[in-house]
Amino acid sequence: MDELKEVIKNYVTDEYLEPDSDPIDYETPLISGGIVDSFSMVSLKRFLENKYQIQIPDEKATPEAFDSVNKIAELVKEFVKG
Amino acid sequence: MAYPNEVRKLYQDQLEALQAAGILKEERSIHSTQAAEIEVEFPAGAPLKKVINMCANNYLGLSSHPEVIKAAHEGLDRRGFGLSSVRFICGTQDIHRQLEEKVTEFLRTEDTILFPSCMDANAGVFEAILTKEDVIISDRLVHASLIDGIRLCSAMNDTYKHSDMDHLGQKLQMYQDKRLRLVVTDGVFSMDGDAAKLDRMVELCEKYNAMLLVDDSHATGFIGKTGRGTHEKFGVMGKVDVITTTFGKALGGATGGCVSGRKELVEMCRQKARPYLFSNTVAPMIIAGVLRVLEILSATTERRDKLEKNTDYWRKGLTEAGFILKEGDTPIVPIMLYNAKLAQDFSIALYDEGIYAIGFFFPVVPQGQARIRTQISAAHELHHLDKALEAFIKVGKKFDILHKTKQEIIDKYGL
Repeated sequence: MDELKEVIKNYVTDEYLEPDSDPIDYETPLISGGIVDSFSMVSLKRFLENKYQIQIPDEKATPEAFDSVNKIAELVKEFVKG
Repeated sequence: MAYPNEVRKLYQDQLEALQAAGILKEERSIHSTQAAEIEVEFPAGAPLKKVINMCANNYLGLSSHPEVIKAAHEGLDRRGFGLSSVRFICGTQDIHRQLEEKVTEFLRTEDTILFPSCMDANAGVFEAILTKEDVIISDRLVHASLIDGIRLCSAMNDTYKHSDMDHLGQKLQMYQDKRLRLVVTDGVFSMDGDAAKLDRMVELCEKYNAMLLVDDSHATGFIGKTGRGTHEKFGVMGKVDVITTTFGKALGGATGGCVSGRKELVEMCRQKARPYLFSNTVAPMIIAGVLRVLEILSATTERRDKLEKNTDYWRKGLTEAGFILKEGDTPIVPIMLYNAKLAQDFSIALYDEGIYAIGFFFPVVPQGQARIRTQISAAHELHHLDKALEAFIKVGKKFDILHKTKQEIIDKYGL
């Protein structure tokens, strides 16, 4: 689980943060905190689907479900388990 | 009627919250035509004040040009005030098609379709040409109208870091499984004044088999050697698949916009773009005025050359005075202040000195990136720029921000 969270955190850091941004932790609000806009969220979803060979239905990929590394990890776990 | 007091209060509370946060927008009434010098009533009820305008999109000084006004009058006389119709019912006059042909010629594209505004062009184009089998990949700083248009379209959408070509390349690679890829950018970004790297973008689009759409609203008429736009500046004329642009800025500043590009894409807009199909045709006098603007710009580059000189003069003057500018070479010159309140106070102090320039802050620009955005015009004479510079220096000294680093300004005023 921690490995999964690290993967997500690293992706978010590389993909969305500017070089001079404050670092994020597992609880940092990503969408409500303005780090990831809902528009850019799609690449994160696609990255996770490709990496873990899963399909996250659009109705599950809500801004709330993607709002922190912890929440995203929970969501991914649900589908990896099948 | 169902507008009880609690509903009224709900909206009053929201507006008061905007005011308390200092982000309630107040309009200043101008009592003159648009020009380098304008007469302004601010605040409401105050006596009129003559100020130098440093924030209009009137890049070429054509908004009140006598020949453009004359042409608009003739258009009014010959073709009437309005058409009372959308284009496809009974709203297409000969001059509408003429303008579409002239814009095509000016931008060196294949075909053009007019819209009531570029906002409408951007709202309609994506849905008309893409489906859910496709993907749109846009720069993270594109204009709000492109974002709205993309949201209205069923295609998947993703973004790349501002002007980061490696990131764009990765995204294009990632979406090779999609039927069509459309890359979207502003030609010149309205808040930072930097230009998209269209030469690199065309290369990437060719490599990864993607179409390219550029909103050139802050470029058409003056960017590039003959003012055709960002595609001219980067030597890629004929290689940008879709250009959207406005007549509401450099090209006379009235209203109207267009989609110009590959003829099939333009025809798809004519058949399917909802803001085209369901809004009124552009008024004849606007069409006649813009036709005259294009004649003027096709005959001489005098105006865009003067704008370029003015821009160099202004950027050099501000830099030497010790302001921090966003780098670039376009007539959009942002002076960085970082703190929102400082940007507002700076704007008011400038107004007291007879200079009209507006502060921009979150959410219009990212948090901690507040600024005064100045826009240079060919209507400015050197004496206007000198007076403006003098005022900027006076106000800069008052707030003690000259020759200071970004960190020093932030330490003094906060973010």
